[in-house]
Amino acid sequence: MSKLYSGAEIVFKCMEDQNVDHIFGYPGGAVLPIYDELQNFKSIKHVLVRHEQGAGHAAEGYARSSGKPGVILVTSGPGATNVVTALTDAYMDSIPLVCISGQVPTHLIGTDAFQECDTTGITRPCTKHNWLVKDINDLAETIHKAFEVATTGRPGPVLVDIPKDIQFQKTKYKKPKKENKLNGKSHNHFNQNSIDQLIDLMSKSSKPIFYTGGGVINSGPRASELLRELVYATGFPITSTLQGLGSFPGDDNQFLGMLGMHGTYEANNAMHDCDLMINIGARFDDRITGKIDEFSPKSKKVHIDIDPSSINKNVKVDLAIVGDVKNVLSSTLKSLKQKKSKFLKSNKQKTSKWWEKIQKWRSVRSLDYIGSVETIKPQYAIERLYELTKDKDSYITTEVGQHQMWAAQHYKFNKPNRWMTSGGLGTMGYGLPAAVGVQVAHPKKLVIDIAGEASVLMTIQEMSTAVQYNLPIKIFILNNQYMGMVRQWQELLHDKNYSESYTAALPDFVKLAEAYNCVGIRAKTPEELDDKIIEMLNTNRPVIFDCMVDKVENCFPMIPSGKPHNQMILGPKDQEGKKITGKGKSLV
Amino acid sequence: MPNSKSAYSFSNKKEKFDTHIIVVWVDNEAGVLARVVGLFSGRGYNIESLAVAQVDEKLKISRITIVTTGTPQVVNQIKLQLKKLVPVHKVADFKREDKAVIFKEMALFKIVGPNNKLEGALKACKKYNPVLLDKTKKSNVIQITALRREIDKMSKDLKKFGLVSVSRTGAVAMTRGADIFK
Repeated sequence: MSKLYSGAEIVFKCMEDQNVDHIFGYPGGAVLPIYDELQNFKSIKHVLVRHEQGAGHAAEGYARSSGKPGVILVTSGPGATNVVTALTDAYMDSIPLVCISGQVPTHLIGTDAFQECDTTGITRPCTKHNWLVKDINDLAETIHKAFEVATTGRPGPVLVDIPKDIQFQKTKYKKPKKENKLNGKSHNHFNQNSIDQLIDLMSKSSKPIFYTGGGVINSGPRASELLRELVYATGFPITSTLQGLGSFPGDDNQFLGMLGMHGTYEANNAMHDCDLMINIGARFDDRITGKIDEFSPKSKKVHIDIDPSSINKNVKVDLAIVGDVKNVLSSTLKSLKQKKSKFLKSNKQKTSKWWEKIQKWRSVRSLDYIGSVETIKPQYAIERLYELTKDKDSYITTEVGQHQMWAAQHYKFNKPNRWMTSGGLGTMGYGLPAAVGVQVAHPKKLVIDIAGEASVLMTIQEMSTAVQYNLPIKIFILNNQYMGMVRQWQELLHDKNYSESYTAALPDFVKLAEAYNCVGIRAKTPEELDDKIIEMLNTNRPVIFDCMVDKVENCFPMIPSGKPHNQMILGPKDQEGKKITGKGKSLV
Repeated sequence: MPNSKSAYSFSNKKEKFDTHIIVVWVDNEAGVLARVVGLFSGRGYNIESLAVAQVDEKLKISRITIVTTGTPQVVNQIKLQLKKLVPVHKVADFKREDKAVIFKEMALFKIVGPNNKLEGALKACKKYNPVLLDKTKKSNVIQITALRREIDKMSKDLKKFGLVSVSRTGAVAMTRGADIFK
């Protein structure tokens, strides 16, 4: 007879078989049996966070930077509700997470017991699937299934709610089934016919563009390699969404920079004027499309996505290819080589006018800003940070706001899985715990959270986690004392009514760093910035870097809401030069 | 339209709302109905009628029939999202005017009144296979099966005969002919 294991042991047996090496969690009454077993499973390291939301974002950072699912362990009631923001964040950005939550004992469910909440009810709309395990004999199978659902198809978060009595009960352990049955929910059934159509469209196009997104990253490093191969083989220009940065080298000449609300002039105009748009793993988000009725009016649109519900959701497309990006790209490359081996040559002339146009847009230099010798411009800070770290294979996380957009504009990524940012949900407080998770997955690498002072205060307690586990994360705060993006919107759209967007009583971040027993560094002038950044990079401990920047700098270029791509507002330099104050205003 | 003063664009496009009958085959397990209807309520969509019961005891499959109205784009999105749910096996979407599909709903009417009114009510139901399920000196319970709009009409028409209570199952659907929906 095979050995009987308790539910708590089965949780860890499953994790062992799923190759989990780190879990992020916080103990509490309803998960104590699981915490009892932790010491008996040496291959699994637990990272104790300071708030369950931190556990969730740390698991996200871990997952994004490693390609493996992030695992969270929380207790019932507040433990579960605190992790809801992170689950929603992961759901929006398609990050594989497995959250194990404790629940009150089965006989107390529904009695308003202490620390009880309807966890599966609350998390139903923000997970791919969730389970309440009411029978110990279902536990192992459920957890294995949870890992499968989280990591297959379009990845996302799942939750397994385990009542405390189930954690004590004993049964036999079931290994994960090896069969490759994906519950019919994996969609990778594109056919050669659609690949042929794609190649046909590509060879006819004279104004093509690749528009790539997080799906390329999620498809694995191989997808990024294939994307580069395809882009070089075709000679087409390429732009990327916020989430897709890094899948194609940011400093390559074919790369037009990020597109969308704060994307470059050349990327957005190329999207508007193109005759063929090839969307690879992006989802026509409203930050990308601008006014949907006037979105890229003259183009044929191709959409490659693993999720059939993404097709025609926001924008009607002419050719949909439902499949895993790396498989679609590899088929496309294969067919291209077979049928149009001289594609690049024959294509170069056809697209030469298009490239001329793009160069003209490029010459506007839309990311330029007015420098200063007295105050640190936030863009300058990011530029210097990039120059001083670009040879280090660094991992960048961000919070949400102006600093996030400046980081996306001015930090150039050359590899996938190096850029972790909350895009869909836009969660302030994401970056610090995400950096913790990234550093756990990559202990020897340089991990920087490019932060704003308002965002970082939302999860600042996780500095304590970083110190406990000797995680030398660098929190690079662009401190302008405002919720900068809110302030920008108020300036441009709400008649400069700066309602509640100024933080009057900020902590002294250097002293705060000392209180957490990490290192605080402050930079006040452009002159001292480089030295201070180098000091930060030479510190092998967690650092909070308080970079005092221009308080009222705005993030440009910008597509005002309700406007199409070709009606961007450029920065103040451009506006002054062209004297379009009146028109610029009416655009907003 | 107001000058958009937010981070989002506004739409003043008015799209046509169509009635759809959506049939979903699901694993009969706890929470599955909540997952299905959550996709409607999460978009602010009302469900006009809902019929659900297990149809395969061995495989534990339930069949859910939902009547709703919506724009083509949103209904299509709900359909695709339904297909992504783990316990969902297949999803069918029928238009009310689809001639190849049978739509039926059952209703129970309780009539209270003198004999002539009770008889009048039964007569009025004649077209819809009325079954007299319960009869007392003062009351009748009549069962009919009909289309939704016919039951809507009867619920109005029977008022004059002393209709005091209506109970309806919600529409169920089945394709005509030998083929089944795959």
